[in-house]
Amino acid sequence: MKIAGWLLSVAGWLLVLLAVILLRAEAPRGAFVLAGLGVQVLGLALVFRAHPAPRGGRS
Amino acid sequence: MIPFAPDFGAAALVSIFLIPFALAGMALLNTGLVRSRNAAHVMMSSLCVIGIAAVAYFVCGFAWQGVTGAPGYALRIGGKSWDWIADQPLFWRGIDWNGSPASIVALMQTLSVALAAMIALGAAAERWRLGAVCASSAVLAGLIYPVFAHWVWGGGWLAALGVNYGLGHGFVDAGGSATIQAVGGLSALAVVWLLGSRRGKYTPDGLPTAIPGHNAVFVLFGCLLLWIGWLGLNSAGALLFSGVDPRRLPLIAVNTTLSAGAAALATAVVTHIRFGKPDASLSANGWVAGLAAGSGACAFVPPAAAILIGLVAGIVAPLAIENLELRLGIDDPGGAISVHAIGGLWGVIAVGMFGRFPVGVFYTPAAATVTEVSSSGQWLAQLIGVATLLGCILPALYGANWLLNRWLLYRSTPDGERQGLDLYELGAGAYPEFMTHTDEFLQR
Repeated sequence: MKIAGWLLSVAGWLLVLLAVILLRAEAPRGAFVLAGLGVQVLGLALVFRAHPAPRGGRS
Repeated sequence: MIPFAPDFGAAALVSIFLIPFALAGMALLNTGLVRSRNAAHVMMSSLCVIGIAAVAYFVCGFAWQGVTGAPGYALRIGGKSWDWIADQPLFWRGIDWNGSPASIVALMQTLSVALAAMIALGAAAERWRLGAVCASSAVLAGLIYPVFAHWVWGGGWLAALGVNYGLGHGFVDAGGSATIQAVGGLSALAVVWLLGSRRGKYTPDGLPTAIPGHNAVFVLFGCLLLWIGWLGLNSAGALLFSGVDPRRLPLIAVNTTLSAGAAALATAVVTHIRFGKPDASLSANGWVAGLAAGSGACAFVPPAAAILIGLVAGIVAPLAIENLELRLGIDDPGGAISVHAIGGLWGVIAVGMFGRFPVGVFYTPAAATVTEVSSSGQWLAQLIGVATLLGCILPALYGANWLLNRWLLYRSTPDGERQGLDLYELGAGAYPEFMTHTDEFLQR
């Protein structure tokens, strides 16, 4: 799950970069940038979940 | 090359000479927030981080960061140049040390990179071995920080988003909300993920227990020192990396102060509402969150906006600290992740939200044609910077620290944590005449 989270996070960034490179109009470019950020948030949520809450002093 | 005002050098140097106060303040803040048996270790680690970061930046950091206009490696994508790393000689060779812009940038960045590297100390304190601290700082200062700083402050692809794609002025970060604060805060998050929580921090049921810092005076005095250092940091950053007119320095200083003050007051109110009394250490965290958040836009917003930026940072910081600890199991004794990472990211977004760039903000030589650039794409440029921090820099920080952890073993032994790292790693406590009795290792 941790690796999937990191891959999603990087994929979101690449989506943002591709939006900047490939799209010219402001609205679709902005939408894809936001979509990329959404993918990153999902990825980071997975990474957070992959680091479980500690029990009894040591995670 | 950014055009500099004729008198920018003196103003920049005076500003840079204030930055060591931020280093001292950060060291004092982190020391006050840990237990007394780890106080000397945190202070010693701070000194080591400053030394290692400065040397790593001297060896290769500056070579990969460079200055705007200097040679770099660029990819051609879609007919546009994507400058991703500088191509300067190692060991600062080639710098003209007679007051050239490159020499002033090198001086400022030597101090800034040390500040960024010190941020993780606050989050990983009481369980991070000294040798591992040094190794992690070397990688941050010699590789990851310079590459991102090149993208933002060295004429890299993020800074060029305005020129290449019409996105406002490109990614703007005058005082280092992203380059220093967010990078340092994300480094703290990566290290804390790898280290886990302190022994005794969580009960067998997973509930966090309070482990108060040992000296609130250190914490609060550290905040005052940080404020002085930040005045220099924001002023020097705005002059050197955004080409701001030196006549805007009073505005930068006022905005820095207002942002920090508003944030501390907001945190005091939030903690008063939640706990019945204002919490000193959380209010200190709020103060620093205000400083971190206010940095990015310090030269481009009116004072009222700086207050608003600080208020949001001051409300978010204590809530983030609480939720990271309670819900996500992140043990961050210094609050560094909430303050620097979240505060810094908010500062980046605040540039898009509140930043105004009228003619006259940037110094312009008399001969140059003055044109006002549309700031409609500024929002997008700032969001691309946030995406880069979360999707590129954070994975890089985690990966680098994961590799180092396999080699060096970051975490101290259970015995080291029980004794305190002062005795275990340094052989002497910070307060040898005091006897400390604690029961936090008893089973609850």
